[in-house]
Amino acid sequence: MLDQFFFYIFASVILLGGLLTITRRSAVHSAIFLIATLLGIAGLFLHLQAEFLAGVQVILYVGGIMVLFLFVIMLVNLDQAARQRQFNRQWWLALLAAAAVCGEALYGLYRGRGAFTFPGAVPGNMPPNTQAVGNALYQNYMLPFEVASIMLLVAMVGAVVMAKKRL
Amino acid sequence: MPGNYIPILVFLVLAFAFPVVALSLAALVRPSAQSGERLTPYECGIQPVSDSRGRYTVRFYIIAMLFVIFDVETVFLYPWAVQYKALKVFGLVEMLVFLAILLVGYVWLYKKGALEWV
Amino acid sequence: MDLTILIISLAKIAVVLTVLFTCVAYVVWLERKVAGRIQNRWGPHRTGPFGLLQPAADFLKALFKEDFTPAQVQRPIYFLAPFLAMTLALMSIAVIPFGENVTIAGRTIFFEITDLNIGLLYIFAVTSLGVYGIALAGWSSGSKYSLMGGLRSSAQMISYELGLGFAVVGVLILSGTLSLRGIVNAQSGFWFGIIPKWYIWPQFVGFLVYLTAAFAETNRTPFDLPEAEGELVGGFHTEYSSLKFAMFFTAEYTNMITVACLATLLFFGGWMAPLPWAWVQHVPALVLLGMAALMTRTALRTYRLERRKSYFAVPGLAGIVGLIGLAFLHPVFAAVAAPMFWFASKVFVFLFLYIWVRWSVPRFRYDQLMHLGWKVLLPVAAANILITGLVVAL
Repeated sequence: MLDQFFFYIFASVILLGGLLTITRRSAVHSAIFLIATLLGIAGLFLHLQAEFLAGVQVILYVGGIMVLFLFVIMLVNLDQAARQRQFNRQWWLALLAAAAVCGEALYGLYRGRGAFTFPGAVPGNMPPNTQAVGNALYQNYMLPFEVASIMLLVAMVGAVVMAKKRL
Repeated sequence: MPGNYIPILVFLVLAFAFPVVALSLAALVRPSAQSGERLTPYECGIQPVSDSRGRYTVRFYIIAMLFVIFDVETVFLYPWAVQYKALKVFGLVEMLVFLAILLVGYVWLYKKGALEWV
Repeated sequence: MDLTILIISLAKIAVVLTVLFTCVAYVVWLERKVAGRIQNRWGPHRTGPFGLLQPAADFLKALFKEDFTPAQVQRPIYFLAPFLAMTLALMSIAVIPFGENVTIAGRTIFFEITDLNIGLLYIFAVTSLGVYGIALAGWSSGSKYSLMGGLRSSAQMISYELGLGFAVVGVLILSGTLSLRGIVNAQSGFWFGIIPKWYIWPQFVGFLVYLTAAFAETNRTPFDLPEAEGELVGGFHTEYSSLKFAMFFTAEYTNMITVACLATLLFFGGWMAPLPWAWVQHVPALVLLGMAALMTRTALRTYRLERRKSYFAVPGLAGIVGLIGLAFLHPVFAAVAAPMFWFASKVFVFLFLYIWVRWSVPRFRYDQLMHLGWKVLLPVAAANILITGLVVAL
């Protein structure tokens, strides 16, 4: 019972945050609501007993990527730009496309509705999440881990190449 | 939700309530006269020269980007460190490869001056 | 989820918050006194004996001061920022263990609000969120100085967060757990029967990196350029006044206390006594009685110079301290309180170090600060991790 209560709380935070993100006029307000959404997702991870992932979600997404977003918004002065008139002549096409995607999603949900159950009681002797992630990542999933380092290298080089005019 | 996070939730509520109570109390007892020069932004006593929304350097963006990348690296290090005694030399070699690739990136950044002033 | 657990948590939280606010207030007092002595003057002196009522006076002033909201601020975020800063600063205390778990009359008392499996990660998560309090405060104030100060402070904080993260990996390799209580318990025991197995010995370099990064994270001198009065007026808190400013101030000191607590937990064995011998258990009693005697003596001497009746309050305080010292002779009380005494003394040493460094060292220029964070701390911390890994594996 308490399980469901927490799930609905986190889910409503996520959905409300998402809705408010896309409807705000000010870019900084949108960023703040996006932060709320990401914190809701961290809460969901916590609810699923994945505490390490919840912590990492907060550290990386909220504490890193959203800081990057905020820096860009503040530096480029996006608020000013947001107040100018946006061109949205093709709103009917957008509505059509959104309706199509939404219909598809609803159909998928309808077909799979038998699979939505709340997880049963968690066995009491589960290893702590961090150790479990460590075991899995560094023994079974070693290759994706090494590939991740290459992706980080690419990201590093790409960011600097794009940002600096004269290297 | 794991049971030992409930006190954190309670703590969050209390920790948020304290500034709220303090600030409401202050709002009740203090004088407030919103007028005049007090309402303009502070610029050492002179009239503000320009809007605060000028152009700022791109270095802040580079720092934030590099921070995200190295933060991801740090987050990869935590489960490795915690499981280190079980992973032994195999884990060490694995992580050495990971760190070596990122070291190449770091040295490149150093040489290219991306960490300058920063 | 018991109702009794909830009530016990509530009680613990109330006690911890009260103690924390008192500590923050008196760290401010300590700072001003120590700053005064370093600069060859008295420090707060008039408000109460030895200026002990100065924090209360400051709080009352902040409460009653006029708080104007400049016209160009972005209101919702302007009001949110101090709350965010203060709440996040307080949240880190939730996982800090203060003492050994004791079992009295069949019931185990836990000396922390909660012990998480990912305690250290939780603290880093809260620290990462702390950047927002400052960034949003700087942006929403609508003034050049605030925005510049806010951006620079945020950039500084995120750069040193990396150093902080790297520095503790060595400790994690040695202890094998992220839980703070687990890390302290892994430091129990003595080498050769005399040297405590604290992580300061194997991780000395890690400790230095951690300390430097922590000084920068909390925006304290020598890294306080973003809020320096001479350079950027007030930095991100230029446009804040009275109680909202006091909130930022309190948040900064709370962060200081958190970092000091973490340093003792990670590197100095938390609540463990430094020597294994039997007579060490009497040290808390002796220290507290000595403190009581010193307080009484100083109060009486100062009274002879100044003739103010308020100095008679200090022997009262000294009496309380002395009584606590005498209570240490009772074994049950000693078992419960001695770990807290050791923890508190180590945290006090770190806070004193913070204050000492602030008033002895000039501040860094911003590019020097960034150079230190990116080009010195990261490689050093990474080398520390590699060497620790090699030594442990072999």
